Amino acid sequence: MLEIRIHGRGGQGNVVAAYLLADAASRARRHCQAFPAFGAERRGAPVTAFVRIARRPILRRDAVKTPGFLIVQDATLLHEPDLAAGLLPGGGILVNTTLDAGEIRRRHGLEVVALPASALAERHLGRRLPNVALLGAFLALTRLLPTRALSEAIAARFATKNPEQNIALATAAAACVAAGAWKEKADAAGA
Amino acid sequence: MPQALEGSAAVARAVALCRPGVIAAYPITPQTHIVENISRLVADGELDTELVSVESEFSAASVVLGAAAAGSRAYTASSSQGILLMMEVLYNIAGLRVPLVMTCANRAVGAPISIWNDQQDSMAARDAGWVQLYCVDNQQAVDTTVQAFRIAEQTELPVMVCIDGFTLTHTMEMLALPTQAQVDRYLPPFRFARALDPASPRSLGMLVTPEWFSELRHAHHAALGRAAEVVERADRDWHKLTRRSAGGLIESFGDPDAPYAVLTIGSVGGTFAAALAECPPASPTRLLRLRCYRPFPLAALHEACRGVRELIVVERALSPGQGGIIGTEVRAAFAGMRGAPRVHNVALGLGGRDVPMETLGRLVAAARARRLPPFSIFDLQPERLPAEER
Repeated sequence: MLEIRIHGRGGQGNVVAAYLLADAASRARRHCQAFPAFGAERRGAPVTAFVRIARRPILRRDAVKTPGFLIVQDATLLHEPDLAAGLLPGGGILVNTTLDAGEIRRRHGLEVVALPASALAERHLGRRLPNVALLGAFLALTRLLPTRALSEAIAARFATKNPEQNIALATAAAACVAAGAWKEKADAAGA
Repeated sequence: MPQALEGSAAVARAVALCRPGVIAAYPITPQTHIVENISRLVADGELDTELVSVESEFSAASVVLGAAAAGSRAYTASSSQGILLMMEVLYNIAGLRVPLVMTCANRAVGAPISIWNDQQDSMAARDAGWVQLYCVDNQQAVDTTVQAFRIAEQTELPVMVCIDGFTLTHTMEMLALPTQAQVDRYLPPFRFARALDPASPRSLGMLVTPEWFSELRHAHHAALGRAAEVVERADRDWHKLTRRSAGGLIESFGDPDAPYAVLTIGSVGGTFAAALAECPPASPTRLLRLRCYRPFPLAALHEACRGVRELIVVERALSPGQGGIIGTEVRAAFAGMRGAPRVHNVALGLGGRDVPMETLGRLVAAARARRLPPFSIFDLQPERLPAEER
């Protein structure tokens, strides 16, 4: 089972990101579970959401404590001292930032993949909503699901809004990262 | 065809498939997404119903009482303080023997105020005279919602479908929605024999003098007793139609000869089922998941516990000054029986505290080592309390 923790700030579409990823997994015949850190939501406050993906039904409902991957929607959260708490050894961190990975390493001592997701979103959607771009990049890095699974999930969730622009955004973001770089890590989780 | 759906969205769709005539909606966390999703279905033209936005939970319960009494299939949902504000009406709905369905998105009751999940709210309504069914996952929540209308209408009793707040309501997971054709086949149109009708006037809710009160209370009690069979049959028929059971009265998992058994209620039964497979207790253990809490399934409990020597009852609420609620009833169920299991009783996961998978093994180990008092809060951290509060 693969466990993913998504960090962001209220209003950045954290829960939507978790639900999109779970829905995409379901469209690739995986079992999935997605849920927010239960609590009061406030715009701008640090929030987390969780996704579990597996080949078998997921029965457990306890907290995700040892995720294999983190998706960080807001680089200011890298200042949080326990951001990477519980991350499995060798786990991957994908961060929305305009800095490069070397600069993040110098500043925060974290090994990450950097993606300017907000900038990409502004170009494609006219809004700085990083979630879809990060998911596109995450799936390219892990090759966890076929591209069409995310496209279908986006088309279903944003049916009345702008699915085409969101799908284009996910595709553009996928092209910004080293495809398959996290494939071994993801495959090891058996998802 | 299984799909990924959030629990609340799935329950809203299940309600819509049942073609309710009247829905009363009042938001309260963590139930809000259910009525929001229902509102959206109505606004999108996918559900044709009289959706009444009310000004309080008391009104929500009153609206569905009136609607069902007038012969309409009626539904509402609430949580926590909302259930408490409804309480007077909940007793009236049941005492008047008016069939309708309510979802309780289980949440702790204040004070201390908490928006998180336990089951103190539906337990507070235990004696109101409703059928109470508890769900392990969102598939059971969907299937139980449809079954609930049939159970209500066949028994002329209200049914409360209890689903753990956040843990189920806000969790997206794989589930299959029944088709409209399946639901229509399973659930015939509602015909309430005692429906209020100006063409044939009758009264509902008259003053009952001591001359008749006990007889009506007995009749209500007996009707709930008979409902157990209806609950079982509803699930059997559902299984025939969809190949899915929603848990009958009590579900039993694991080694059927195991001397240890753990009885759970609600979604903790999912985590413990995963634990049985992935980190099983050191002693052979069977898992019993109580789905039908009212009526209390005495015979099914005796059957499920055959051969059990140590029974650990795990609940998500308590009766302060007494201890466990379900545990006390289970002890009573075995009182004086030869070969009855020793009953241990704990509450855990109160006010949203996480229940890790390893809890199952710890529970069984504690029972085996005779470390469990008659009742305790198992995941309590007493050292965090001042000495005089421990």
